[in-house]
Amino acid sequence: MELNSPDMNDWETVIGLEVHAELATKTKMFSSALNSFGGKPNSNTDPVSLGLPGSLPVLNEKAVELAIRVGLALNCEVQKSVFARKNYFYPDMPKAYQISQFDLPINKEGWLELPDGRRIGIERAHLEEDTGKITHVGGGGRIHEASYSLIDYNRSGVPLIEIVGAPDLRSPDDARDYVSELRSILVTIGASDGKMEEGSLRVDCNVSVRKKGTEEFGTRCEIKNINSLRSLGRAIEYEAKRQIEIIESGQKIEQQTRHWDEAEGRTHKLRSKEEAFDYRYFPEPDLVSVEPSEEWIREISGSLPPLPRERRHLLAEAIGVEPTETSLIVQRDLDTFALEAISSNANKNRVLVHLENNLADGVGELTPEAFASLTVMETNGELTSTQTKTVLAELVEAGGDPQEVAKSHGFESMDNSELEEIVDRIISENSDDWLAFINGDETERKKKSGFFVGLIMKETNGQADGKIVNQILNTKSKN
Amino acid sequence: MEATEIAEKVSSGEISARTVVEQHIEIINEIESDVNAFNLVTAEKALIDADEIDSKIASGETLGPLAGVPISIKDNLCTRGIETTCSSKILEGWKPPYDATVIEKLKEAGAVIIGKTNLDEFAMGSSTENSAFGPTRNPHNLECVPGGSSGGSAAAVAAGFSPLALGSDTGGSIRQPAALCGVVGVKPTYGRVSRYGLVAFASSLDQVGPFANTVSDAALTLEVISGHDPRDSTSIPEKPLDISGFLDQGVEGMRIGVIEELSGKGLGGISQDVISRVEDAIKVLSNAGADVEPASVPASIYGLSAYYVIAPAEASSNLARYDGIRFGPRTEAATTAETMTATRTKGFGDEVKRRIMLGTYALSAGYYDAYYGKSQRVRTLIMNDFAKAYEKFDLLISPTAPTTAFPLGDKTADPMQMYLQDVCTIPSNLAGHPAMSVPFGFGADGMPVGIQILAPAMAEREMFQAAKILESESGNGIE
Repeated sequence: MELNSPDMNDWETVIGLEVHAELATKTKMFSSALNSFGGKPNSNTDPVSLGLPGSLPVLNEKAVELAIRVGLALNCEVQKSVFARKNYFYPDMPKAYQISQFDLPINKEGWLELPDGRRIGIERAHLEEDTGKITHVGGGGRIHEASYSLIDYNRSGVPLIEIVGAPDLRSPDDARDYVSELRSILVTIGASDGKMEEGSLRVDCNVSVRKKGTEEFGTRCEIKNINSLRSLGRAIEYEAKRQIEIIESGQKIEQQTRHWDEAEGRTHKLRSKEEAFDYRYFPEPDLVSVEPSEEWIREISGSLPPLPRERRHLLAEAIGVEPTETSLIVQRDLDTFALEAISSNANKNRVLVHLENNLADGVGELTPEAFASLTVMETNGELTSTQTKTVLAELVEAGGDPQEVAKSHGFESMDNSELEEIVDRIISENSDDWLAFINGDETERKKKSGFFVGLIMKETNGQADGKIVNQILNTKSKN
Repeated sequence: MEATEIAEKVSSGEISARTVVEQHIEIINEIESDVNAFNLVTAEKALIDADEIDSKIASGETLGPLAGVPISIKDNLCTRGIETTCSSKILEGWKPPYDATVIEKLKEAGAVIIGKTNLDEFAMGSSTENSAFGPTRNPHNLECVPGGSSGGSAAAVAAGFSPLALGSDTGGSIRQPAALCGVVGVKPTYGRVSRYGLVAFASSLDQVGPFANTVSDAALTLEVISGHDPRDSTSIPEKPLDISGFLDQGVEGMRIGVIEELSGKGLGGISQDVISRVEDAIKVLSNAGADVEPASVPASIYGLSAYYVIAPAEASSNLARYDGIRFGPRTEAATTAETMTATRTKGFGDEVKRRIMLGTYALSAGYYDAYYGKSQRVRTLIMNDFAKAYEKFDLLISPTAPTTAFPLGDKTADPMQMYLQDVCTIPSNLAGHPAMSVPFGFGADGMPVGIQILAPAMAEREMFQAAKILESESGNGIE
């Protein structure tokens, strides 16, 4: 189906995400088999993770602790929880039921703040176990044409936290921001490595559309198989268009589960609501309820490192800007560095500019103190912005003192009288252009000013400060 | 010879473990073909184990309390490297890669496993006729059933194949066959004995327990297999039981209630033979100094109905893993789903299928509350009624089974008639309380009758004291 472009402006997309994150425990959720990615197939298994008859689950305390960390970081209420069996047949599910949580999840009702300050609701974040992994051999890897399938149960029983977000997101960008922020929180608190490419972070996406200005939600479709932030955005965009087209052609949306096909750039129907499984949830009789003590929760809460949101706010306050402006630096984990530089009297604005634009790959050998002095040299006019960048790059590469590095490059700030002499000489050598500069209109003045600055920079081998050159030119033109 | 006597003589070197095992194998060879108590006799392995015990004794090592004692194991307990079938075709040929915790404990105590005993498929039944490998017969009368589902274990002890056996009891599967075969059978408090390695039927009800010819042998075996197991989350964090030293403390001053609802006055179907033996038991206990009075556990009459929702519901989930993908025989078909269906259709017997269907229905969306939810509330009522009764009484008694052993084929056509066999035993499973059956004379047909002693959670010791009193006056030749 080739999609037309309906008038998207009349419509609002409503998105709610379900994120599964593998918890960074040493062993599995219910047994002592290792939780590690990439081992020889079926090497990290035991009777429990293979669902052998007679085997019984025993809850991994570390998984509970990490789940509580996630709950606290997402401002959830941590409560007494009960495991339930979710029954369905599939070869990657060795017991033919998944141990999950149903009506009593460990965490409920929280929120996550996007970098722009909007709060997105978290309905619940519950514990469950992962399934094995199936590889279809032959037939291009599709189940229907495959000649046989191989199952690797290394992933079976790996602890997961499923974070169910409220339908508070409104665009593909929102969705990507949400996942980035969530990922960053999970990594910061040590709950998960957050690697989407290895499948430790997986996203299911509920999408519906409604006319702008209306309150009622449209019928939603759930999209599965989203493996990157890029496909998340593409899938939402495609799905919203598909739904708008259907509604605009006078038809109704059918509630469906759909599959994102990355290569084709479209979603396919997997099943309709009527075909949905009846999971026959019931309390897992092999496990007892989880009742973390107040004391334990307090202890965990006290051990949480500063979260991205707090770090954005802290840095923004130190610099004197809005928290949105510091989100990139926090994402790059450079906020502590920034704060140290600022406490060494760095120029706050230059700190922000350099960390955002010139230190995307990290600070290397650069120390906060050296960085602070460099910004001061720059703002004092000792170095031009071009020179500053050169010095900065070298400090990142090899460390050292910015004064000395500048010196080694011959970046010594020019005496203003020396500079004025050069300016006078250039003016006298280009008197026609100078007259045009003096008498020209705005456009002409701009053009000529650029011309003179260029010549002067060339003459001074770039050591002159562009700002000061402009000042001298302006003063002289008014005399 | 009693187990306690064997262990003593083997440990002191008076008799070799090999001789003991050989004597029992001889009895097996003589009459096992009539009884069919075993799915597998592990004679060769038993002799090797016996030799090992003898050489340990020769080298002066101290052995456990069951040194050299042959024991039969219900074939739903996992034994490493030894076929464990649950008397089902679906597990034919499956050799577990691990021992159940109770098996480890028995081995540590020096017991010698002599074979795996027959049962109703997956422990579903009360006559051992629902076995894929043919019915077991009652050693007291080969035309009659041994009861079930642990009929093989009860028959093995009654026939003298081994002085001890292990069974599992979900709704009476140890106590009812013990009564019908004239041996002692114990269902401990839920959580007293580890379920790790017991192939699950209904996880919230299943409990492993011993069969023996004498109360003291049963006590000794229970002591060996009890105690906390970190591999079973429902295992009670308590040390192994200590009963043997208290067996002769009697019932002087104990308050014992006779459950009216289960002793002929409430439910129909309890035979006059059985009722009169209960009356005799009351006299014996009164003569021994107990204060015996009628007791009421009103909700117990709903036990059977609640049980036949809860147990099948859990079973439908527990038995879902038998899909032919990872273990057991597979019936190949065109697709994965069809392969699973074909495997299960061929592998399960009728009673198992009936209960899977019952349980699946009870857990389905829209029916859950009316069936599973309501049954759980009945379960709570039964617990409350027991709690009330135990405010007045230390122990309760009732018949174990409504009748003596019935002829093979008598009840196979009508599942309800078969289910009624467990009407007296089910309430203890629903409450999680300990209960045991003690042989107490015979009916007019010459077949054994068992008296059930019920106790509050954790009160096994008092229960055994009363059992010892009944045993001494049971008139079955054991003084």
